[in-house]
Amino acid sequence: MTAAAPPSLRRRLIWQFLAVAGLLAGLLYVSTRNVAHDAVEQTQDRILGAATLAIAQELRGGEDGVEIDIPYSAFSILGATGNDRIFYRIEVNGTLVTGYEALPGPPQRPGGLDPLFYSTTYLDETVRVAAVMRSVLVEARPAEALILLAQTRTAQESIVAGLANRAAMFGLGFFLTASGLAVLLARLVLRPVNDLAGAMARRGPQDLRRVARPVPKELQPLVSALNGFIARLSAALSRSETFIAEAAHHIRTPLSALRAQAEIALRETPDAAARARLRRIVRLADDTARSAGQLLDHAAVMYRSDQRSDEAVDLARLVQGICETFRPAAELRDLTIALDVPDRPIVLQADPLLLETVLRNVLDNAIKYSGEDGSIEVQLTQAAGQAVIEVRDRGRGLAGAALSALGRRFERGDNVGDVVGSGLGLAIVAEVAQVYGGSFTLSQREGGGACARFSMPL
Amino acid sequence: MRAIFHAAVIWLATLLPAAGVEIEEETWFRAAGAARELHILSTTDTDVFAPLIAAYQQRAPDVTIRYVVASTQELFRVLRDGEAGFDLAISSAMDLQMKLVNDGFARTHRSGETAALPGWARWRDQLFAFAQEPVVLALSHRALEGLPRPATRGDLIRLLRQYPDRFAGRIGTYDPRASGAGYLFATQDARQSDTYWRLAEVMGGLDPRLYQSTGEMIGDLKAGRLALAYNVLGSYLSGQLRGWDDGGMVELRDYTHVLLRTAFVPAAAQRPAEGAAFLDFMISQAGQQRLAETTGLPPIDEAALSAAPHLRPIRLDLGLLVYVDPVKRRNFLSEWAAAVIQR
Repeated sequence: MTAAAPPSLRRRLIWQFLAVAGLLAGLLYVSTRNVAHDAVEQTQDRILGAATLAIAQELRGGEDGVEIDIPYSAFSILGATGNDRIFYRIEVNGTLVTGYEALPGPPQRPGGLDPLFYSTTYLDETVRVAAVMRSVLVEARPAEALILLAQTRTAQESIVAGLANRAAMFGLGFFLTASGLAVLLARLVLRPVNDLAGAMARRGPQDLRRVARPVPKELQPLVSALNGFIARLSAALSRSETFIAEAAHHIRTPLSALRAQAEIALRETPDAAARARLRRIVRLADDTARSAGQLLDHAAVMYRSDQRSDEAVDLARLVQGICETFRPAAELRDLTIALDVPDRPIVLQADPLLLETVLRNVLDNAIKYSGEDGSIEVQLTQAAGQAVIEVRDRGRGLAGAALSALGRRFERGDNVGDVVGSGLGLAIVAEVAQVYGGSFTLSQREGGGACARFSMPL
Repeated sequence: MRAIFHAAVIWLATLLPAAGVEIEEETWFRAAGAARELHILSTTDTDVFAPLIAAYQQRAPDVTIRYVVASTQELFRVLRDGEAGFDLAISSAMDLQMKLVNDGFARTHRSGETAALPGWARWRDQLFAFAQEPVVLALSHRALEGLPRPATRGDLIRLLRQYPDRFAGRIGTYDPRASGAGYLFATQDARQSDTYWRLAEVMGGLDPRLYQSTGEMIGDLKAGRLALAYNVLGSYLSGQLRGWDDGGMVELRDYTHVLLRTAFVPAAAQRPAEGAAFLDFMISQAGQQRLAETTGLPPIDEAALSAAPHLRPIRLDLGLLVYVDPVKRRNFLSEWAAAVIQR
C-alpha cells in the first residue's frame, strides 16, 4: 500500500483554471446556440409571415364565395432559406377551401394584421406555422378567412447547428489555449515558492543565516516565520556550544590541579605499586584534558562555521608552524616528522583557527596511534585548484573500520585498544572539510598505517 | 457481362392494369441470374429509355428490370396512394414530382453521384434531375413559306394576327387539362410573362388543335395537318428532325423554358437500394454520357444553360406547388379555357 501523494498546489491551480475555462467554453456554446436559434427563427418567421400575408393579400370577396389566388412568389421565396417542406391550409368560416386538412390550427384566434406564429407537429415533423385571419365581404356579409402556412425547419436547425459548432470549435480552441496558459501560469505563480524551496534545500547543514532574498508579499509571513525559527535554532545551538565550552573549561581546570597533585604524590611516594597507580592517574588526566580540549575545538568549529571570519591564510606556513609545535611531543615517543611543503606560499581564504584545528587533530591522531620509532610524513601539495594536506603514519591503521563511521562524533575504531580518545577528532576534521566545500578521507596505507587526506578548494 | 446476352426482353404491349396502375406500357428486361429486381414507374416512353436500361444491365447483369410507363397524372395518383410496387419514379411533370416529395412520398438518398449534381438539379436530397430539355416551337417550313420565322412570342403573335387564314386550324399545343407536362408549360408561361395570355387569346381565335403528347403533335406536323406546334419537347423534336427537311425547331429568344426530368425513390419502395442504384447510374458521369448518346435526352449541363441566356430552367422550388393547388388549378384552367376555347 502506498501512501497518498501530498496534494499539489500546481495541479490544483491548473485544475481550477481549466474548470473555469471549460465552464466558459460550455457557456459560449450554449449561449451561441440559443442566440443563433432565436435570430434564425426570427428571420425565418419574417419570411414565412411575409409569404402568408402575400396569400392573404390576394383574397377577394366574390359573389359565389371567397376567391383565392396563391401568388407563385409566396411559395417560391420560402425555398430561399433552404430545402424545407411547406404545408398550408386555407379555410373560410371554418370550412376547408384548399390545402392540407389535417394541419393543426393555431392555439388561439390570430388577431390584428400581423401573423401569429406557432410550432406544431405535422406528418411526424416539427413545423413552424404562420396564421393570418382576414375578413372578406361575401354577398355583403363578412366571411372569416384563415390562412395557415407551415414550414419544416431543417434549414434553421442546420444553420443553428453550424453556428453552434463553430462556437464549439472556438470554445475548444479557447479551452486548449487556456490549458496551455494554465500550466504556464501555475508555473509562474509558484516560481517564488519553488525558488525559495530550492534555496533552502541548497543550504549546507550548518548554514543558519536568515533568509534575506526578496519574496512576494504572500510569502512574507512564511519567510518571517522561517527566519524566526532559524534565529531560535541558532540561539539554541550557540547556547549549547557555549555550555560545552564552559563545561570543558570547568573540567580542564580541576584536571590540571588533579594532575599536579598526582605528580607531587608520585615524587613523594617510594612504594612502587602506588607510583604505578599515580602514573596512570597522570596519564588519564592528560587524556581527559585532551578530550575536553577537543570538545572545545568542536564547539569552536561549530560556532565558527556559522560565523565565519575568513582571511587570507598561507597554508604552507601554517602547516610548518603546527608541525613545529608537535615535534617535541613526537620526539618524546621517538617519532620523526618528515615535512614536505613547497617553498612558495599557498594562499587561500579561510578561518586560520579552523585550519589549525584540522591539522592538530590529524597530527595528534597520527602520533597517538603510531608505534615507537616510527616516522610521520606530512605533505602539502597543490593540484587542480585544490590544496591537499596528506598525513601518513605507520601506526595500526584502520582495521577495516569505515571512514564514514570514524568521521562521526564519539565513534571510534575497533582497534583503538588502550589508546585513550574521545572519538571527536576526525568528526571535527570532516566538518571543517564540509564547511569549506572540500573533502576528508582516511585510507589504509600499503605496508601498514593510515593516510589521512584533507583537501579544500583554493 | 454474360447475363446481358441472355437478357430476354419481353414486350407485353398490353394495357392491362397491373396492381391498380392504369399503365400505358409494361416491359420486362429480364436478366439471366435474376437475383435482383427493379421496378420503375416512368412517364418516358420505353423505346427512349431502353438503351439506358441496357447500359445499366451491362454493369449490373443480375438485375431484372420492370419498366412501366404511365401518364404523369397517373404516376402522381399511384404514388400518392402509397403504391409499394415501384422502386423509382421518373416523370417530366416537375410540379407533381415536387408535390409528392414535399408531402413525404420520397426517400432521402445521398451518394457521391447525388452530391456531384448542381444544387438547382436536386431538392432535399430526394428529388433529382437527370435530363434538361428545352420546350420549343416546332414548325413546318413549307407551311411558313414566304413568312418570316418568329424569334420571340411577340413575333409569333404578330405573325398569327397578320396571316390568320394560313394558321387557322393549323396550330397545335398541349391541352393542359389532359396533360401534366402541358399544364406545367402553360402555368410556367403564364408565370413568366403576360405575353402568354395574349398568345393564348390569339391562338384561341385560330381554332387550335389540342394534344396530350409531343409525339402526336409532331406526327400531325409531319403529316401536314399543322403549321406550328407550340411548347413541344425539344429532345423529341430533335430526334425527328433527322431526315425530315420540312421540320424546324425554334428556341424563342424572349425565353425558352427548360424542363427538368426528375426521379426519386418512393418512400414506399420495396427495394429502395435497387432504385437508388439505378438513380445513381442515371446521374453519374457514365450514365449521363450514355443518356446523351443513346436516348437523345440532353444531360444535366450547367455550362450549356449559362451559355444561352434565353434558356430558363424551370426551378425545382416550392413555387411549383402553387399550381398544383386544386383551387389554383381550377382557376387557371378556367381562365385558359376562356382564352383558348372560344367556340
